[in-house]
Amino acid sequence: MELVCPAGNLPSLKAAVDNGADAVYVGFKDDTNARHFAGLNFTERTFEKAVRYAQDRGRKVYVAINTFPQPKGFDRWKTAVDQAEAYGVNALILADIGVLDYASSKFPDLRLHLSVQASVTSAEGIRFYHENFGIRRVVLPRVLSTRQVAHVITESPVPVEVFGFGSLCVMVEGRCLLSSYATGRSPNTYGACSPASHVRWEETGDGTNTRLNGVLIDHYGEGEKAGYPTLCKGRFQVGGHTFYALEEPTSLNTLSILPDLKKMGVSAIKVEGRQRSPAYVAQVTGVMRAAIDQCLKNPEAYQPKGQWMRELSDVSEGSQTTLGAYHRPWQ
Amino acid sequence: MKLSIGPIQYFWERQQVLDFYQQAADSAAEIIYLGEVICSKRRLVKLEDWFAIGDELKQAGKEVVLSSLTLLEAASEMSSLKKLCRNDSFMVEANDISAVQLLSTAGQSFVTGPSVNIYNSRSLNLLADKGLKRWVLPVELGLETLKDLQSQRPVGVETEVFALGRLPLAYSARCYTARSHNLPKDDCHFKCIDYPDGTLLKTREEQDFLILNGIQTQSALTHQVLDQLPELETLAVDILRISPQHKHTLEIIDIFDAGRNGADLEPLGKELLSLLPLGACNGYLVEQAGMHFGSENTHDTQQAI
Repeated sequence: MELVCPAGNLPSLKAAVDNGADAVYVGFKDDTNARHFAGLNFTERTFEKAVRYAQDRGRKVYVAINTFPQPKGFDRWKTAVDQAEAYGVNALILADIGVLDYASSKFPDLRLHLSVQASVTSAEGIRFYHENFGIRRVVLPRVLSTRQVAHVITESPVPVEVFGFGSLCVMVEGRCLLSSYATGRSPNTYGACSPASHVRWEETGDGTNTRLNGVLIDHYGEGEKAGYPTLCKGRFQVGGHTFYALEEPTSLNTLSILPDLKKMGVSAIKVEGRQRSPAYVAQVTGVMRAAIDQCLKNPEAYQPKGQWMRELSDVSEGSQTTLGAYHRPWQ
Repeated sequence: MKLSIGPIQYFWERQQVLDFYQQAADSAAEIIYLGEVICSKRRLVKLEDWFAIGDELKQAGKEVVLSSLTLLEAASEMSSLKKLCRNDSFMVEANDISAVQLLSTAGQSFVTGPSVNIYNSRSLNLLADKGLKRWVLPVELGLETLKDLQSQRPVGVETEVFALGRLPLAYSARCYTARSHNLPKDDCHFKCIDYPDGTLLKTREEQDFLILNGIQTQSALTHQVLDQLPELETLAVDILRISPQHKHTLEIIDIFDAGRNGADLEPLGKELLSLLPLGACNGYLVEQAGMHFGSENTHDTQQAI
């Protein structure tokens, strides 16, 4: 099981490599990738350094070019593909059919992974991308149960990567337009969900309001820690109750099921968080490395250590983690 | 431009579904999409029933297309999809790439629904090679992009635009309707049946924001393109899709029918607004936030940037 870690800048990439990532995934400084945030990602110059740092140490570099270009911007995505190829990266992570078609026709030997943004949940879907573009790995959306993941793996023509830790998209990726409904910008079109450009923090008499393009995403009372207004993680009213109607601010954590993931044949575990700090990357990579090593050495005896769980909780949204399960309405 | 009736997004009583299509048979819509696209647990109308409804509509002179489930998770859902794609009576609307794969490898022509991501001409051309006969513009794309896509559209491919309805915005493994009743998804008591237009989600300051419809999230406002009919005509859009709502769908079809035949759009727009559950939006079409409507700019995007 390969450990694939995020890097939004060179210090994060070094943190990932130094703490035991087998591969690091990165993006360019524009809307060609799904973490298009100010101050994040790689220019051509830092990119070259990043690739060298990782590959000199025997690690792989994957480049996410995983948004959906419209006709006017298509050349930017071509440039991103060309650039990544020119620096000898180990794989591209792509989502759009047009970009996949471009990359696979121009560079038939280049290794392509299917991004989670392609929104593929079945072996039939994977076959479409395998037969047409020769993808060699697929990243599955975070909407499948372990049993469903296992089923996809038995039928998939290519190895499967799953998310192991990080912020949780509760909607199937690549088909969520909530952000553009509120702001005009979505992960698909712009590479960002609930973009910072549209966020407003508002002190009120009794606490803080967080808004996204004017829409009230949440209200926090005095002393309550206000979270970033990611649209699906606010408190809303349904049927007279106010609660996290879509999803709590919480992070995915699969430490407790690593042996199951291994047994069902998962090829790679991905950590979410290119927008997070080098300290986050170092911490999560270190814990995941130790856990995966332990799990590979002796899966029968594997138990997630309390300290690992605590370390991961500390860097989780709302300081809590989940495998995705029940809830109680918040009053 | 032709008019189509999109698949029913909600969970309706069986009799209501049958009545709806009986009325639709006499409507001005030329194309009708049938089938369950949201949740495989909604089985009051079964696949055989959809075929029977389809046969009747066909006899009434309608073109019938069967729509596939949008988010596939369970193996049983894949078996149903395979059955749907094997049918030799009706064309299928693929709402997921797995349906595209099944149909194209079987040599069948197909339609792609709004949740299949076709954002550029290269994607459109590749799918046309695979048997795409018609595509629905993803709802978050606007007229400028549509114009570019139309200018390079492959020969023989029709373009359909989501013209009226609450916007399909997201799909999840989680059932929000069940969640809002504090029920687990696998024991949901089929609560969706109580909400034939979905469940309203408001912000904490009472703004009507989203609609929960099982595993789907929709816009609370109804997207409508009536004002843009002349532009859509100029851009050679072939079909306008009306997404069914609990009430007044047939009257809405009449309004669009009048609109496409050159009637004055202003009074039609007023009439239309009175038939929508919670008001209208059209921001996506004019490259703004989807929730915006017309020139009213209560949540000013530009300002926020």
